[in-house]
Amino acid sequence: MSLYESEDPDMTTDLDTPPPAPPAGGDPAPPLGPWRRALRGLASSPAAVLSGLGILLIVLAMALAPAYAKYVAKTDPFRSGLSAKIMIDGTRVPVMQRSTEGLGLGVTPIGPTWGPQYFLGADNQGRDVAARFLYGGQNSLFIAGAATLLCLACAALVGIVAGYAGGAIDAVLSNLIDMIWAFPVYLLAISLSIVMLGKSFDFGPIHLSSSSLILPIVIIGLVYVPYVARPVRGRVIAITNSEFVLAARALGIRPSRILWRHILPNVATTLIVFAPMLMALNIVTESSLSFLSVGVQAPNASWGTILQDGQALLYSRPVVSMAPGIAIMVTVMLLNLFGDVLRDILDPKSVRGR
Amino acid sequence: MLAAMLSRLARMVVVMLGISILTFLIFFATPGADPAARIAGRNAAPETVAAVRHDFGLDQPIWVQYGAMMRKMFITGDLTSFVNRGEKIVPTLRAAAPVTLSLVAGAAVLWMALGALTGILAAATRGRWPDKMLMGLSMMAVAMPVFWVGEMVNLITQSRLHNTWAFSWVPPLGYVPFTESPLRWALALVFPWLTLAFLYIGLYGRMLRTGIIETYQEDYIRTARAKGLTARRVLLKHATRSAIIPVVIMFGMDFGVLVGGAAVLTEVVFGLNGVGRLTYQALKVLDLPMIMASVLYASFFVVLANAIVDLLCILIDPRMRRK
Repeated sequence: MSLYESEDPDMTTDLDTPPPAPPAGGDPAPPLGPWRRALRGLASSPAAVLSGLGILLIVLAMALAPAYAKYVAKTDPFRSGLSAKIMIDGTRVPVMQRSTEGLGLGVTPIGPTWGPQYFLGADNQGRDVAARFLYGGQNSLFIAGAATLLCLACAALVGIVAGYAGGAIDAVLSNLIDMIWAFPVYLLAISLSIVMLGKSFDFGPIHLSSSSLILPIVIIGLVYVPYVARPVRGRVIAITNSEFVLAARALGIRPSRILWRHILPNVATTLIVFAPMLMALNIVTESSLSFLSVGVQAPNASWGTILQDGQALLYSRPVVSMAPGIAIMVTVMLLNLFGDVLRDILDPKSVRGR
Repeated sequence: MLAAMLSRLARMVVVMLGISILTFLIFFATPGADPAARIAGRNAAPETVAAVRHDFGLDQPIWVQYGAMMRKMFITGDLTSFVNRGEKIVPTLRAAAPVTLSLVAGAAVLWMALGALTGILAAATRGRWPDKMLMGLSMMAVAMPVFWVGEMVNLITQSRLHNTWAFSWVPPLGYVPFTESPLRWALALVFPWLTLAFLYIGLYGRMLRTGIIETYQEDYIRTARAKGLTARRVLLKHATRSAIIPVVIMFGMDFGVLVGGAAVLTEVVFGLNGVGRLTYQALKVLDLPMIMASVLYASFFVVLANAIVDLLCILIDPRMRRK
């Protein structure tokens, strides 16, 4: 591993990130812990730095949604504004315009003005699409992120228990994983949504309203659990049977300590490698579910719900559909790019391949 | 080998049984999701709900309901819809299956051919501009939601450029049965095929490229080169051949999932009345027997595809036979 030796002082300067987790495992401590080495690898890869910055930029832009709605667009993007009028070039223009096509019946929302108000036009309820786009981005990213964490946590739990316990517990859990995986992901998500959405839940003191974002998070988080739990289980089994764990066992080290010191750190890398890809998958899943109106519920917005709003306006006001679609594409590409670099760094197999 | 195959088949049956129970429980035994209240509609009087519950047999013990539903679905085949009274479910599903099958099979041919081409071309020109361009494109393909691609395709072919020479031949959205006119069947499906295939071309292209590049590290490739075989022969005959096995395994699973209804988004965007759209519409009106039947149909396809893939692997790879 040439990376261990290359301790050049120039490279440490751009590493003023918070101190990484302590070195993993009971292996003889290398000069540089695996976490620190991974961070350094990320910092020295232009693709990782650029995509990381891009993701950060998107998150920051979406965080500005309330400011944009209040100071630039000056509208409430969650209230319909069918009778609103705005000033363009000194004339007052209604937001919902009389249709000029066909029989002249019905109204078409205003197209993109490329100005501060209705930058991307309005949707069928006269709401500012640009402001909704930013708020929707917040929700899309938040749901995808939270669902990723939930999925990784559940997958780690199931995978570790199945892999470490073995025997009957493993057999039951593995078969259950197989069964859930046999559902097409979208059908499973849609089924769960239908059963869970549209009504409120009370779990003791916790009250979930029907439009709560928790429900899509739980649904999206759960459907990909088998996808991660299977490799985690495989990894746990491989580590449990490896020589260093055997040696630790022979030394009489407690199973809980083996789990904590040897298995968890090794599983952690698998989980981290999955995180960006899973987040990317979740963004697409959220948009698909919301597009089918079984994801984020009104009055909340997400990129998926805006795509659904845009479906009816596809031929007259295509920008409503294009903006969130492009945003999804760019975000997912950046996440995948970042994930690729991360995998190359953390996955020992692909390092050997080079 | 026979024992391995039989045990695989037995597992398939167990998984299917488990899935049918799981699906049933999701819809009929989720706390707070009273199917009778759903069927009776919003704000229905308690007596109405009670009558509905009795009518549909929902007041019986849960295992009796499960047994009755399975019998109607698989043995007598006379399961009827809760919403459109009298609509038989099994024939409806059977009518929707060819639409989905046409869509998925056509797309599969496209994505296997183009995906293989992409992967081989990218691996052959690794690090140079064709590779970079193809990988960039496939990264894009993987990043776009399929329904959005479909919308953009519709925007161009049905509206913006529909009146130009390029897309004036595109028929309106919908499905034309193959038996009615093979030509119009194909024309109507060209863009749905391309849209559905796009994502998988990207996925499979990337996967195959990685596989080929990994195979290049193997000893037998070095041997083949040392024998003096041409680069093309090494690439096509030796590297691609072994790198394509995981792609074929993946194909089996993806095909099963899509035929089972995962093509719902493509079907909705292009107005094709396939299994996916049927399920989606049943879900919207909460037609429980229809949902049960189509979800079961879907997952059975996945399980079947998985089993077929595993059986093929047992046949191809002797290492899988011992277990």
